[in-house]
Amino acid sequence: MKVHAKVFKYGNDVNTDEIIPARYLNTSDPDELALHCMEDIDKEFIKKMKKGDIIVAGKNFGCGSSREHAPIAIKAAGVSCVIAESFARIFYRNSINIGLPIFESPQAAQEINDGDEIEVDPNEGWIINITRDKKYTIKPLPPFIQEIIQSDGLMPWVKKKYMEVNKE
Amino acid sequence: MGMTIVEKILAAHCQREKVEPGDLVIADLDLILANDVTAPLAIKEFEKAGAEKVFDASRIAFIPDHFTPNKDIKSAEQCKIVRDFARRFKLDNYFEVGEMGIEHALLPEKGLVLPGDAIIGADSHTCTYGALGAFSTGVGSTDLAAAMITGKAWFKIPPTLLFNLKGRFKKWVTAKDLILYLIGKIGVDGALYKAMQFGGPAVHDISVEGRLTICNMAIEAGGKAGIIEPDEKTIKYVEQRKQRNYTVFKADQDAAYEQELEIQLDDIEPQVAYPHLPENTRNVQEASDVTIDQVVIGSCTNGRIEDLRLAAEVMKGNAVADYVRCIVFPATQQIYLQAIQEGLVDIFINAGAVFSTPTCGPCLGGHMGILAEGERAVATTNRNFVGRMGHPKSEVYLASPAVAAASAITGKISHPEEVVR
Repeated sequence: MKVHAKVFKYGNDVNTDEIIPARYLNTSDPDELALHCMEDIDKEFIKKMKKGDIIVAGKNFGCGSSREHAPIAIKAAGVSCVIAESFARIFYRNSINIGLPIFESPQAAQEINDGDEIEVDPNEGWIINITRDKKYTIKPLPPFIQEIIQSDGLMPWVKKKYMEVNKE
Repeated sequence: MGMTIVEKILAAHCQREKVEPGDLVIADLDLILANDVTAPLAIKEFEKAGAEKVFDASRIAFIPDHFTPNKDIKSAEQCKIVRDFARRFKLDNYFEVGEMGIEHALLPEKGLVLPGDAIIGADSHTCTYGALGAFSTGVGSTDLAAAMITGKAWFKIPPTLLFNLKGRFKKWVTAKDLILYLIGKIGVDGALYKAMQFGGPAVHDISVEGRLTICNMAIEAGGKAGIIEPDEKTIKYVEQRKQRNYTVFKADQDAAYEQELEIQLDDIEPQVAYPHLPENTRNVQEASDVTIDQVVIGSCTNGRIEDLRLAAEVMKGNAVADYVRCIVFPATQQIYLQAIQEGLVDIFINAGAVFSTPTCGPCLGGHMGILAEGERAVATTNRNFVGRMGHPKSEVYLASPAVAAASAITGKISHPEEVVR
């Protein structure tokens, strides 16, 4: 999956209440959640973004609540991937589990600006900032996490590893 | 080199002699839990996977507590998904509104979370149970769905930060002030991917309820878990409640910690965390000009009986300031009853506060106390993010029950000394 898209840039400690406010958590419908994605940090986000666009942020992206509705809202909004200096751990797990691509690259996260056009190749492990003509490497994921991603998320992995084994 | 308590618990749950930070393990779980926000998604994933049975109906706890009593039709539908699933699979630990409470207050009270356990919950404040010497951490709904089927979860063994507590709290300084102070010191990602262990001689002076408050907010420093080694107080607490057997783990003498920090409790003043991050802490003395519209006393952080007693001590014989709403939430039905029996409810109502049924409601801006644009609240809850308690342009200041109660009376953020002579 190679992505070429425009960047929406945010700061440090973007929390799950900003990504999807709790007042919308009385549903788990992805499309409904997507309508309110990033609402409390950027009211215009959902109007301005186009399918495939990329979120770039500072440290500790996705901190706060465990709500999986946060990566679901981002994914359902059509965001192709999130790049950050670092991710909060529950958000990190949730993104891997539901198949939202996320990449840790501190230098890229610091230097990429709002509106930049970038290209990401997760298989090759690089990010290119086309606007500023700079290339960055992506921190490789641990092999175990790659196994989950290659299985298409946690549930297919569990199915393969436990449910089908148990049937035998 | 020996192991920390977290390493020991996780090693025991994956049948290994030894684990080290960075190791990836698949651990057996003693209890898994979810609420009305996170369980419906987990159930959807469970069903999508074609699962037909749960790993153990006695080890899954579903607690509809966030938007309950059902605040609207959509919430009622979410709760119904949870209820129907609990009924279908005959889950032992489904808590209907009349016996419910805020999950992280309810499960310790019911003796369902015990020392030495490995626990995951689809709620970030699952780290609370570390107060009893368990390894307990928050996950999302999909992790929970997988565990509903397998009874297992994968973990990367976290390094441990050890906070050595020494000295004594000053009057009006509480466990809440300590954890806010520590978050202020290390920041909201200061313990990212790490376990926060609270030890040292002073930890034994802190009540089990206070310890639950401390471990509850480990996530607010990014922590994977908060943990305290069981002592006599822990054993006394769990022996009165336990619903199964448990194992006490303690760190080896030569356990390796990533960092050890010495904390003098005497240095800590009552804390207030300013908007919009829990790390924005100040001493309450530096916050004298903040007028407020609402006070919320309760939540999984500070809705236990000791918290209510403390708030009542400050409010007794005083009146809530004009134009200020003060909302008190006991965290469980048991605490509610106890508050009635001890006369605390009389004190709150006579002071002009409301006393509500248990719910997570206002803490996350769900219902039962939402802020309008420009309004400010002092809350004993755990997060003060943008829009957390209502309008994106409202503000939440985090504090202890004593500071919150004092603030309700003066109408501005106040030290309890200002109202209790």
